[in-house]
Amino acid sequence: MLTKELNVALDAEGFMTDPSQWTPEIAEMMAVEEGIAPLTERHWQVINWVRQEAASSGEFPSLRAISKRSGVDTKELYELFPKGPARKIARCAGYPKPKGCI
Amino acid sequence: MSEERKLAIICSKGSLDMAYPGLVLANAARMMGIEADLFFTFWGMDIITKDKVDHLKVVPVGNPAMHMPQFVGGLPGMTDMATTMMKREIEKLDMPPVREFLEMVHDAGCGIWACKMAAEMMHLKREDLVDEVDGIIGAMEFLEKAEGAQLLFI
Repeated sequence: MLTKELNVALDAEGFMTDPSQWTPEIAEMMAVEEGIAPLTERHWQVINWVRQEAASSGEFPSLRAISKRSGVDTKELYELFPKGPARKIARCAGYPKPKGCI
Repeated sequence: MSEERKLAIICSKGSLDMAYPGLVLANAARMMGIEADLFFTFWGMDIITKDKVDHLKVVPVGNPAMHMPQFVGGLPGMTDMATTMMKREIEKLDMPPVREFLEMVHDAGCGIWACKMAAEMMHLKREDLVDEVDGIIGAMEFLEKAEGAQLLFI
């Protein structure tokens, strides 16, 4: 099963365009597509914090903010979400592609 | 993002405003999964020198983008004022100070290299440079590391 076969809105690059449609199962499928499955407790710490932060602030947090406040530092973020953490975190958390510079 | 894409940035300027472009681009590259290396040379050495990194300045004199008469930019205190203003704006953008930025890009897997010739010219040793520096290397070694990379000179 692929995320594009689900009944959720995706953009051309596979990012969800409506975060409210997200479910934990979607995160697991995204993780498979990004080559980082299965998601561990540490991945979930990041995903849950990001979703909470994005929902309360209305903006997807920067990687810097994630590394400072999610309880997972920069080094570990790059280990958990290698080769492009910004993209992988956003996809797993069900958010559009991050636009920030940091 | 394609795994073979690679970015190598030469940082040759040591002012606060010229420290950020290289750091921002190297960090953005790493966030996208692009390999990145920063090579510091000449005045850029200030950015990775322990007792200079926290005291980089924005200099209004000779900078037409400041939109003020040159003699005003040269008045006492103007450099400090421009520096304070820029630091405040950088903080508002959630950009870290240079020292923290170096740590962040290094943790993100970006290589940080010092120029051997510049280090010798400025009498700088390894212990004078911030911990994140991966090594002091010559121009040829840098070119070897930058093989196949997109090169940027700042």
